[in-house]
Amino acid sequence: MDTRVERIRSEAKRLLESGEVDLVIGFRKGSIPMVSRPWFVRTVEDTELLHWDGFCSLNLCNYLTKRKEKVAVVAKGCDTRSLVGHIQENQIQREQVLVLGVPCEGMLDRRALQERAEGTEILEVVESDGRVEIRGRGLERSFPRQEVLQHCCRICRHRNPVLHDRLLSAEVEEHQVERYEDVEEIDSQSPEERWAYFQNMLSPCIRCYACRNVCPHCYCTECFVDCSRPQWVGKSLDLNDVFTFHLFRAFHMAGRCTDCGSCERACPVGIPLRVLTRKLEKVVSERWGFEAGTDLEQLPPLATYRPDDPQDFIK
Amino acid sequence: MEQQNAQDWEPKILAFLCNWCSYAGADLAGVSRLQYPPNIRIIRIPCSGRMNPAFIAAALRNGVDGVLVSGCHPGDCHYLSGNYFARRKFTVFKELLEFMGVEEGRVHFSWVSAAEGEKFAQVVQEVTEAVKALGPARHYVKEKIEVC
Repeated sequence: MDTRVERIRSEAKRLLESGEVDLVIGFRKGSIPMVSRPWFVRTVEDTELLHWDGFCSLNLCNYLTKRKEKVAVVAKGCDTRSLVGHIQENQIQREQVLVLGVPCEGMLDRRALQERAEGTEILEVVESDGRVEIRGRGLERSFPRQEVLQHCCRICRHRNPVLHDRLLSAEVEEHQVERYEDVEEIDSQSPEERWAYFQNMLSPCIRCYACRNVCPHCYCTECFVDCSRPQWVGKSLDLNDVFTFHLFRAFHMAGRCTDCGSCERACPVGIPLRVLTRKLEKVVSERWGFEAGTDLEQLPPLATYRPDDPQDFIK
Repeated sequence: MEQQNAQDWEPKILAFLCNWCSYAGADLAGVSRLQYPPNIRIIRIPCSGRMNPAFIAAALRNGVDGVLVSGCHPGDCHYLSGNYFARRKFTVFKELLEFMGVEEGRVHFSWVSAAEGEKFAQVVQEVTEAVKALGPARHYVKEKIEVC
């Protein structure tokens, strides 16, 4: 068994037995292959089901918002960055959370694996030593892990937890990868082309709001899309309303999004939403040198200012 | 919006002016009898920090051709820091709006103090020219459904 799984279980057990925390949030194996589901552990017996593999991509910070009890959470790099954001925004107190950090080698892309199975149902996925093997009826193929990682994991610069109380395995090497290739490509186009690009990109959207619901940073009690007086955005599938929804969803993520990829994973029609949030990530970093969720002491960029902020666009 | 001939088309521009500086600046331009294009419709807001970018989007969706947001100069905010926060919000929103394909030149920002009547007239002149050069808003306008 993966040593990380053993560490997670033993650590969770110890914390619950000693009464240090009331709840441990981690993952357990899902009922179908390639899905690990969140697992809320309050008793020592339940720790036996805790699990860790390449499908634990869900951002567990989602379940921490406004919690009252003392919680331990199993967290990858991106989860801890979201957690930093939560603490900065007073959604949870630092003293309440015990972070069981798991350095992450990137999570696997379920859709990419399915594609590679070419129509055969995948019944089992085995991960070992930098390779991933998919098995099914008459199917047995293996790929280098790097090839089947999610896009957000391939361009991740924070694989190690930025904040942790226990580290459950050795830190992994960080890569200074280029994060904005696609953003820059769109940037280089004319407004006309960009307009067409986004109209085309957003046209399949069915306004299910899964991207909003799954986002750890979307916790407003009333979302602007539900607001009816005034109604900022129409409820229809009119592309103008869809555009407005995505414009503001991204805007509300400025300086907060940690690029955990939840929105894209949740999207039932596969819209590459992260290009919008990464554009803002780039703006915020270029203008104010800010990177979301990396420093507990730093205020989020839109909650603060400097008198000498750049203002070349203001007359 | 009603159809108009290309040659006599005049842009409709919505201006959000802060109560303490730019609105008074516009007033000064008026009482000083300064000439500037009559294309702007003014909405008075308490502070540029009150601007919700949703106002800008709502204006564009409802068919205005351009938007101007104006407030006190940095350091002069009646509420001390409203315009500093506004500046950060506007930076992000303008970048995103333009990234998504709304033309540069539809949305403008300026600092105009209560003593700058002349600057106000000049800003309106510049904004009107920029919006005129772009022509009527086409993209980000929500079409009204035709009911027969």
